Amino acid sequence: MENRGITFGYGFLSQESSFDVQFSLIEYDGSHSYFRAYLVGLLNTILVSVIGIIFATIIGVVVGIARLSNNYLIERSAAVYVEFFRNIPLLLQIFFWYFAALRALPLPQDTEPMFGVFFLTIKGFFVPAFVWNNLDIFVYSIIAAIISIFFIRIYAKKKQENEGIQTPVLSISIGLLIILPLLSFLFGGVDAKVEVPVIKQLSQSGFTYEGGIKLPPELISLALALSLYTATFIAECVRAGVQGVSKGQKEAAASIGLTPNQVLKLVVMPQALRIIIPPTTNQYLNLTKNSSLAAAIAYPDLVLVFAGTALMQTGRAIEIVSITMLTYLSLSISISIFMNWYNKKIAIKEK
Amino acid sequence: MNKLNFLQPDKNNLSTYLYTGVFLVALSIFIVFLNSFFNKDLISFLPGTISFFLPLILGFTGLHLIRIDYSGMKFLDKVNKNINTNNFNAFLSLLIVFVIIKSLPPLLSWFILDANIAGDTKDVCTGSGACWTYIKIWFNRFMYGMYPNAEQWRINLSFIALAFLGTIGFFATEKFKKYLTLYYVVVYPVIAFFFIFFFISGGPIFFDFSYGIIAAVISVIIGFFIPSKFKMYYFITVPITLYILLKYVFFYEELIELGKLEALEWVETGAWGGLSLTFIVSFFCLIFCFPIGLFLSLGRRSDFPIIKYFSIGMIEFWRGVPLITVLFMSSVMFPMFLPEDMFIDKLVRVIIAISLFEAAYVAEVIRGGLQALPRGQYDAAKSLGMGYWKMHILVILPQALKLVIPGIANTFLALVKDTPLIFVVGLLEIVGMLNLAKTNPEWLGFAMEGYVFASVLFFIICYAMSKYSYNLEQKYKTER
Repeated sequence: MENRGITFGYGFLSQESSFDVQFSLIEYDGSHSYFRAYLVGLLNTILVSVIGIIFATIIGVVVGIARLSNNYLIERSAAVYVEFFRNIPLLLQIFFWYFAALRALPLPQDTEPMFGVFFLTIKGFFVPAFVWNNLDIFVYSIIAAIISIFFIRIYAKKKQENEGIQTPVLSISIGLLIILPLLSFLFGGVDAKVEVPVIKQLSQSGFTYEGGIKLPPELISLALALSLYTATFIAECVRAGVQGVSKGQKEAAASIGLTPNQVLKLVVMPQALRIIIPPTTNQYLNLTKNSSLAAAIAYPDLVLVFAGTALMQTGRAIEIVSITMLTYLSLSISISIFMNWYNKKIAIKEK
Repeated sequence: MNKLNFLQPDKNNLSTYLYTGVFLVALSIFIVFLNSFFNKDLISFLPGTISFFLPLILGFTGLHLIRIDYSGMKFLDKVNKNINTNNFNAFLSLLIVFVIIKSLPPLLSWFILDANIAGDTKDVCTGSGACWTYIKIWFNRFMYGMYPNAEQWRINLSFIALAFLGTIGFFATEKFKKYLTLYYVVVYPVIAFFFIFFFISGGPIFFDFSYGIIAAVISVIIGFFIPSKFKMYYFITVPITLYILLKYVFFYEELIELGKLEALEWVETGAWGGLSLTFIVSFFCLIFCFPIGLFLSLGRRSDFPIIKYFSIGMIEFWRGVPLITVLFMSSVMFPMFLPEDMFIDKLVRVIIAISLFEAAYVAEVIRGGLQALPRGQYDAAKSLGMGYWKMHILVILPQALKLVIPGIANTFLALVKDTPLIFVVGLLEIVGMLNLAKTNPEWLGFAMEGYVFASVLFFIICYAMSKYSYNLEQKYKTER
C-alpha cells in the first residue's frame, strides 16, 4: 500500500463533499461534509427497507394464507405468484420495474389524477402532504394513547387472572387511539392542511408537480421489486408456520370450548408465530441487504452515495468500503443478536 | 356471510336451482368473455357502475344457487368442494376467473398476435405488441457477450462436453458407483476448469491441454490391459510421464511453430459475457462454495478455539454484508493489498468473492443438518473407534447432508440469481448485456422485451433447479 502512495485515515469524513444527491430525507447539498452524505445514504437505505418490509409483510401474509386456502383457484394463483417471483433474479425485477414498467407511465401534463389528488407520472409519484400546526401535541397524544393502552392491557390481564372477567381490550385500544388524537385536534390547537400537488410548467414542454411529496421512480421501483420478491419468501414462511401447528392443537382448543377466534388468537397464532418469526426476520435482513442493489438504478442509498460517488471523489477505497461493510454488518449482527434473544424467550421451555 | 341461508334449494326444486345457477354462472362468464375477447358489451345499456358489477353479481348468485351438498353429481360436487365452499370463496373464485379472462387478450396480443419477429431492423416492429426481432438480432450477444462470433463453437463445445461428462454419472454401472463421489468432487471440477481455461480462454496454452488429453486417452486405453494389482501405480505415474514426453521430447520443436500458427485465439475474460458467463460463474462458485462451506460448518463446531472463532467470524462477516459491497471490495479494495506487479483476473476475483460469500450461507445450512443429528450418532461412531474424519465422512455427513438438501438447493438458487450482480465490476452477463443493448441508439425502446426474455430464461433455469432438488429430496428421504 505504501508503495502505491496511499494514505490511510478517516479525516476525509469532515471535508466538504461538493456533490449533490437528488433525493434525501435530511437537508443536504454540496457544502455539507462526507459524513452528512453517509447519513443521507444510510437514511435512504433505511427508508426503502422499511417501506419494503411493510409491503412485503402484508403481501407475504396474504399470499401465505391464500396458499393454505381450500379454494383451488386461490391456492393455485398464490402458488404461481410465489414460483414466478422468487425464481427471477431481484436485479432483473428491479430493472424491469424501473426501465420497462415505470417508463410506460404518462408524462406529468398527461396524467389523470387518481382520486383527484394522487399523480402517478413518469417523473415519480406525487402525493398530497399534510402541513401541520402544533404537530408535537398530536404526537404526544398518540404516545399517551399507546402508554395508556399498555397499562390497560396489564390491568385487564390482572383482572382476568383474579376475577376471571375478560375486558374488551381491543375495542378500548382502538377507541383510545382514535379519541385521544381527535381530542388534540379539538382542544390542543392541532391543525392539518392537505397540500395537493399542483402542476407547474418549467419550460416549453417540461412540466412537473409542486407541493406535496414526491416519491421518485427509483424509490417506487426498488420498493416494489423488493417487496414483491421478499413477499414470496415470507409467504412460504407463513405457510410453513401455520402448517407446523398440529391439527390436534386446534381440536383440543375447540374441545375445551374456545371460540374459533380464540382458537386462532390463543392457540394457533402463538405457536405458528414461533415458527414464522425467525425465518421472517432473516428475510427482513435479506431485504435490507438487497436494498443495496439500489446502486444499479441510481437510487441514492448508502452504496451509491457513499461507496459510489464519495469513493470516486476521494479515492479512499479501503476506508469507505470498510465503513459501508461495517454499517451493514452491525445492522445485521444487532438484528441477529436480538433474534437469538427473542428465540430463547419464546422457545418452548422443556426439561 | 356464512349465515346466508335463504335461497338455498331443497329436495323439491333441486333442478330448478341447478339450471338457474348454471345458467347465471355461464352468462356472467360469457359476458366477460365477449367483453374482453371481442370487445362487445352485452350490457352496455345499463348505467356504468352497474354494468361493471353485473357479471360479478350474476355469477355470485349463480354459484350461491348451485352450492348443493352431496348433489350426487361428481362434477358439481368437485366444483363446490374446490372453488365454491362458501360465499366468500365463491366471490374470490369468480374474481380470479374474470381477471384471467380479462388479462388474456392483452397478454396474447403482446406476446404473439401483434408481435413481430421477421426482418432484421427496428423498422419491422410496427405492431403494438412485442418486438421479438430485437431478441433475434441480439440473441448471439445475449448468449455469448462480446465473445468473437467465429470462436463461439468453443463455448458450445465446452458446455456440451461438460454436460456430457456431468451426466455420465447417471449411467454408471454398479461397479463404478462408489467412485462417483470422487469423480464429481475432484475429477470433474478439474476437467471443467481445464475446459474453461484452455478452451474458452484459448491462447497458446491450448496445446498443453491437447497433450494432456492425448496422454490421458492413451493411458486409459493401455490401462485396460494392466493387471488391477498395478493399476493404481500405473495411473499415478504413466499419464504424467506421457504428458511430459509429449510436450518436451516429441513435439517440442513443433510446439513453437504450431503455437504461432494455429493456436486457438486468446479471448480475454473481459469479452466473455451473456448467459454463458452466467453459467460459468455459477458453475465455479457452486463447485468452490460447497467445500468451503462444509469446512466452515465443521470448523464452527470444532473444539479448537482458534478454528472455531475463525469460522464463526468468517460466517458472520460474509453473511452480514450485501454481495454488492463484497464485489466492490474485490474490485476496488482487494488489488491494493496485492504486490504491485501481481495481477489477478477480474473474473477470478469475482468468482472467489461470490464463492466465499455463498460459502457462509452453505455453512449455516449444513450446520443446521449437523445439529439435527442426535448425539447418539456421534457416540456410536466414536465407540466403534472412528477418528474425527472417518466419523464425519462415513457416518455424520451422509446423514446431515441428506437432511439439508432443500437448504443447499435454496442457497445454490440464490447464487444463480446473484450472478447478475457482477455488473458492478464491469462483467456483463445476460442482464448486463440487456442493459447494454437497451442503450444502443439503433434499438432504443425495447427494454420490456429484453427483460421478459431474460426473466423467462432465469425462470426456466431456477424452476428446473428447484424441481430437481425436490426430486433429490424425495429420493433420499428416509423415515426417521
